[in-house]
Amino acid sequence: MEPMGRITPSALSTKDLPWQILWSKEKCTLCGRCTAVCPVRAIELGVHRKRTLQVPLGLTEKPGNLYSVYHGIRQRTEPAFACIGCGMCDLVCPNHAIMPIHNDEQDKLRFHNNQDGVPRRRGGRRNDPGSLLDRIKFVRISMLTDPALDAGRHEFELRTLLGRILPPEEIIRVTREEGWIPPVREIYPLIIGGMSFGALSPTMWEGLQMGVAYLNEELGMPVRFCTGEGGCPPRLLRSRFLKYVILQIASGYFGWDEIIHALPEMVEDPCAIEIKYGQGAKPGDGGLLMWYKVNRLIAAIRGVPQGVNLPSPPTHQTKYSIEEAVAKMIQSMAMAWGFRVPVYPKISATSTSLAVLNNLTRNPYAAGLVMDGEDGGTGAAYNVSMNHMGHPIASSLRDAYLNLVKIGKQNELPLFAGGGIGKNGNLAANAAALIMLGASGVHSSKYIMQAAAGCVGSEADRCNICNIGLCPKGITSQDARLYRRLDPEKVAERLVDVFLFFNTELKKIVAPLGRSTSLPIGMSDAIGIDDYNAARRLGIKYVI
Amino acid sequence: MKQGLRDCMRQQERIDFMCRLFAITSHERVSPMMAIRALDVMKEGHDGSGVGLFLSDLGGEFQLFRRNPILSGIFSNEGVNALDRIMMDLDFMVKYKLSIKPVKNPPAGTPKRDNYLIRVYEYPPEWESLNENEIHDRLLMIRLRLREIGEKDGSMLVFSFWPDVIMIKEVGDPMAIAEYLGLDRPELNARIIMAQGRQNTNYAIDIYACHPFFIQGIATMTNGENTAFLPIREFLMSRGLTGYVGYQSDSEVFTHILHYATNRLGLGLNLYKHIITPLTDEELVRHPDGAWLRLLKQSCRPLIIDGPNCVMGCLPDKTLFMIQDSKKLRPGVVGGDTGMFVFCSEMCGLDATIPHRNRNLDFQPMKYDTVYVPWDRQEVKKWSQWEELPPLH
Repeated sequence: MEPMGRITPSALSTKDLPWQILWSKEKCTLCGRCTAVCPVRAIELGVHRKRTLQVPLGLTEKPGNLYSVYHGIRQRTEPAFACIGCGMCDLVCPNHAIMPIHNDEQDKLRFHNNQDGVPRRRGGRRNDPGSLLDRIKFVRISMLTDPALDAGRHEFELRTLLGRILPPEEIIRVTREEGWIPPVREIYPLIIGGMSFGALSPTMWEGLQMGVAYLNEELGMPVRFCTGEGGCPPRLLRSRFLKYVILQIASGYFGWDEIIHALPEMVEDPCAIEIKYGQGAKPGDGGLLMWYKVNRLIAAIRGVPQGVNLPSPPTHQTKYSIEEAVAKMIQSMAMAWGFRVPVYPKISATSTSLAVLNNLTRNPYAAGLVMDGEDGGTGAAYNVSMNHMGHPIASSLRDAYLNLVKIGKQNELPLFAGGGIGKNGNLAANAAALIMLGASGVHSSKYIMQAAAGCVGSEADRCNICNIGLCPKGITSQDARLYRRLDPEKVAERLVDVFLFFNTELKKIVAPLGRSTSLPIGMSDAIGIDDYNAARRLGIKYVI
Repeated sequence: MKQGLRDCMRQQERIDFMCRLFAITSHERVSPMMAIRALDVMKEGHDGSGVGLFLSDLGGEFQLFRRNPILSGIFSNEGVNALDRIMMDLDFMVKYKLSIKPVKNPPAGTPKRDNYLIRVYEYPPEWESLNENEIHDRLLMIRLRLREIGEKDGSMLVFSFWPDVIMIKEVGDPMAIAEYLGLDRPELNARIIMAQGRQNTNYAIDIYACHPFFIQGIATMTNGENTAFLPIREFLMSRGLTGYVGYQSDSEVFTHILHYATNRLGLGLNLYKHIITPLTDEELVRHPDGAWLRLLKQSCRPLIIDGPNCVMGCLPDKTLFMIQDSKKLRPGVVGGDTGMFVFCSEMCGLDATIPHRNRNLDFQPMKYDTVYVPWDRQEVKKWSQWEELPPLH
């Protein structure tokens, strides 16, 4: 046996890694595409020495050795180069000679990807395939007493409202007195959640914007897109397409210099302003755009130097209390657009959500509340934040809705839910479940990235390198060599596909419930779950 | 085997059956038996699980006490004693009563009751200085209080406490109940009668689930199931207003929405229609009052009924009306001649009641229509949601 030399504590075998590369020498053409495409350089050219024993029959000739060399790939095992399982090698291989497979036991890498004392940071998701929303069933099926509707041919009104909706007594009084009526948008209940220009590549952003414009202008679906914290390209700010955009302001205020300066030249108001106080993927933590992605364009739009990390503070530094942070900021933003644009906060779902909500109910300028649950995704966060921080969306949303019901403001202040909707592919079912728990609509981002752009992330820690600009599909990269892989026209097409399929599935859910003339917000008698405690907690039926 | 098949078919028929509605407004007062007979004609449409009657514009002795509140309900003997004590404490005096104390055994399916009570009261002297709204609120509070007390031991079932209104409800076959209670007595003749032969489709059989439902002079009854019941109920109950309680039937919310729209918001029947079945977003663009109606639709979004429902009702000014939801899946017809009009869920009920009318004038409202007959009973008035609205005062 050859000496192995010293083994360092973090010297890992391929078996210790979460993903192992299976490679077939027989199929491989040695084209080198796999090693070229690998975003983390987990594989490299391998020059393998091979000894073949030659043992002739009989006694006349002595056994001998034949030494040869063959070429192929070698999987690197240093933690920094561990395979991420993205499968790009398989995608580009002409012969399907290579693919990553998931370790059949728990990996050891997790104990070592904290070299130099730096905790793991990543993009992506919580990596937990469990979903309470998937377990919610729609049990109140209309039968003969109120016939189920024809999802294909009946007319459906599936729009929702974003904005402060005055109660009936007030709307009559204000109309009579010709007073100020808060702006309300009639929008599609599936909103593309905040993904910043910076977190997303230019081609991805362009594709989404094109898709949104098509959905609105050709198909009449009022789909809205939230910018996330990173500003908005100057041309879009000055275009008529701004009305399909929800501009997000967060604690770093990135891009807002550009937005404020564009105000006099805006030809349309934006759909709304979202003030981000928190997000589900990393609650209590600010946004993070790592230096890899801060190129010239991003730096210009955000108003920052190139090539620096852009960590947003966990909270808005200019504010010191909930009254300041929420009331004044909402009022200031509303004022900036002459009180014509709904302004609402987005928070991480938390056990203290109700405190925020109660504050909003007393603020006449608050246009709604977005609650983002623990299953929300992100471009970059600390591993521990993503995996362990946050509140499940269902119970948090339900508490908030029932609190509004208690004070009679369930229609006044619309709630929107995000985080984990469609995490296992059940986008419409999860959305409908949340709507029936009290949401006026839902925000989704990860599903959009997966379906419209082919993101390879999964709930099994696959890929998850959105943070370092190496996205192999070019979705979250600012490197032109990578993002050129993504055709924005195709992203737009797929986005339209997603909304059309969602629309059909949503009808297929509400039609059998006999609902068509309004979105069944809070129709909690229609849903059930096979978990007694969950049913009690959510105030829905326990069904087995 | 054949018997089993028949039972099976009957079972299926029961599921398929819906409630039947009948309402009449007549210049000459008519007997409640006219409504009961119409329900009987339409019998294949209800399972005979109950009947509810709303009588207004009353005749006989009741004419003498038009402004005095009439208490209607079912009381045990203990309940009557308790009622006497409560009303005496409140300083209400009985002016006239028409109590029915059945002596015969009740028909199959109907429980034995001590008293079907109809009592006219004299207002307490100190109420004389009160304005009309205050009186109306107090009458409502007393009804709710009696109902609450009665619910504890079942001694009182209270349906209405209002001037010129009698309500009778019971579980069982309508015709059998009518004969049992002697509803053909002329004292019960009225100009306005609403009746429903019911089948409670989704919720437990409870006499409080019997239509019509009543609150402060407003009564409605409904055909069909209310799919949006829960969010509507939550919205009504969270208005902070007295009286939005009960909901043993999903149809009770239609009465309360009408009450909310008219009494609280000061809107008319036309806007009630716009609230419960608003035009679509695209239609509102084309409506002359689209901007205002859009605001109303948004503000009253939780009150949108999703049908399928046909709502019939009576307003405090004795206007009888019918509204269909936007799916128009439930039947409903209005017909008659000057002086007498019938609103009915089935044509056969109308035919049986007014056979010699001008059938060309029969009208079946569709999804945009509201039809009503005002107290003068001259004609059936039709109003479409597409019509321009009067300015908001």
